[in-house]
Amino acid sequence: MAILEIKNLKAHFHTRRGVVKAVNGISYSIEPGQTLGIVGESGSGKSVSQLSYLKLLPSPPLKIPEGEVLFRGENILAMTEEKLRTIRGNKISMIFQEPMTSLNPYLTIGSQLIEPLIIHLKKSKRDAWKEACAALSRVGIAEPEKAMKSYPHEFSGGMRQRVMIAMALTTRPEILIADEPTTALDVTVQAQILDLLREIQKETQMAIILITHDLGVIAGLADKMVVMYAGRIFEEGPVETLFHQSEHPYTRALLRSTPRVDVLQDKIPVIGGSIPDLSQVGQGCPFYERCEFRTDICQITFPTSRKIAHNHETFCHVEKFQ
Amino acid sequence: MGLTYILRRLLTMIPVFLLVVTLVFFMIRFAPGGPFSAEKKVPAQVLKNLEAKYHMDEPLIQQYFRYLRDLSRFDLGPSFKHSNRTVNEIIAEAFPVSMELGLISLCWALLIGISAGGLAALKPNTFYDYIPMSLSILGICLPTFVVGPVMVLIFGLWLNWLPVAGWNSWQDRLLPSLTLGFAYAAYISRLTRGGFMEIRHQDFIRTARAKGLTETQILLKHSLRGGILPVVSYLGPALAGIITGALVTETIFNIPGLGRFFIESALNRDYTVVMGTSLLYFTLIFVCNFLVDIFYVLLDPRVKYE
Repeated sequence: MAILEIKNLKAHFHTRRGVVKAVNGISYSIEPGQTLGIVGESGSGKSVSQLSYLKLLPSPPLKIPEGEVLFRGENILAMTEEKLRTIRGNKISMIFQEPMTSLNPYLTIGSQLIEPLIIHLKKSKRDAWKEACAALSRVGIAEPEKAMKSYPHEFSGGMRQRVMIAMALTTRPEILIADEPTTALDVTVQAQILDLLREIQKETQMAIILITHDLGVIAGLADKMVVMYAGRIFEEGPVETLFHQSEHPYTRALLRSTPRVDVLQDKIPVIGGSIPDLSQVGQGCPFYERCEFRTDICQITFPTSRKIAHNHETFCHVEKFQ
Repeated sequence: MGLTYILRRLLTMIPVFLLVVTLVFFMIRFAPGGPFSAEKKVPAQVLKNLEAKYHMDEPLIQQYFRYLRDLSRFDLGPSFKHSNRTVNEIIAEAFPVSMELGLISLCWALLIGISAGGLAALKPNTFYDYIPMSLSILGICLPTFVVGPVMVLIFGLWLNWLPVAGWNSWQDRLLPSLTLGFAYAAYISRLTRGGFMEIRHQDFIRTARAKGLTETQILLKHSLRGGILPVVSYLGPALAGIITGALVTETIFNIPGLGRFFIESALNRDYTVVMGTSLLYFTLIFVCNFLVDIFYVLLDPRVKYE
């Protein structure tokens, strides 16, 4: 059974310039122990799709006009703030892109790390401290006692991201949402962090929702992937399938424009044009302007889901393109 | 931050202090007129005697060194205008009054300013934001000599709740300190709101929310320190300003503070009192800023002084 199921979720920002449809009707689900990768360019709605239902975005301007997000069958969107707080940071934890700014610079690592244990698991300060130390050593931080008393600025980016992970995992969440967890880190540290996540997942069977624009990270960690563009899902399927047998022009273009070390390339191909203004998108496919296979119908309606194989769905009117 | 930093900071005070002494000394001496050039002409012989008594017949440079020598013994000399009183006596009598008024005013300013600004930041762009922020504009714009008499009128004369002048009972403290603290409260409320609003949009506040903390926990534990920093850096100049700038308030409420002497002495060319009050205020400003810098380190672990 799916642990999290998103059904036709919409998230709109009501700004002075109009309604920005950052997330425009997306659906997918994730099972325990699974890693779902959400890929897309900046502004495609990857982060908003997750932050919105957890109420981590200022509202107003954010509004969720439609949709359901079922956590163990219960609709998160219908919960009171109080009820949601018992899930957020407890059953569903998050780690963010910027380990440099995501930790409070004014507080010690320790005092930030024990918070989830105290508020969710009602631990005493002393027990929480002990457990937090253990969590730090689990993510590979030597001398956890000393680290607990340090301030974030005394740590490197990779170390801080380890702290973030340790903090997110202290309550043994069932879902970990990782929003660009490695983007701000250098490559060797990236690999270490991904290894760490993989290892912890194997141990705890938690589900991971991995938001990234880095296809390499997806290839390394995810089982299933969702390709997002302008608030829509374009394609969904197992990572292997999408990498080799994608049935969507955007996914293909995205894969083509990834730099490769194994092929001699003069120039890295790019996708012409840029992402559309999200307050101006109509009923048609938002990729219309940039798509080389566009037909007239594309401008009029957004395609419904087309099943290619078991688990593989695409949202494109064009069935044969090569 | 070590003891060496504190020591070095205090040592740098010495040359600055000497510079201030020298500047104030010569500036007030070069200003036209003198302590004995009142409208009423004194006979030439009397003037001569007076000048001899206060060593004003000596060359200026000699007087300067005499002043420095006395200063090194913490002797600020006799007042030129208030006969038979030394500057030390005047300060000892009037400064505690100004200090008390200033500190009470600052407490009001902090209490009112931080709570109003915090409320505004907690519910931005609502009634709770607009009301205190509009009032704060009023507080910044209205000069003390308007706020003071209006307070006297309302609370003293119409409602008859509080005494309108004097400095004896605790009730006497209320109107002047509120008057003086009002403008500072207004400014502090704006700084508080700005500080908290900036913190609210930081990534680490999102992290705190993602952890499941309540808004109150976020405010008290995660935003307070960072949000209050602008207020802290304003405290040094504010404390100095609130004590030195109390003249108008002291006049309105007839309070025997130092502000009166500060202005009077400059107008009367009461050289030694000008020197004494100026140096006192300089020391005060220096010490306040120094304390703020130290306090900063305690609040923000990233700040380090070498």
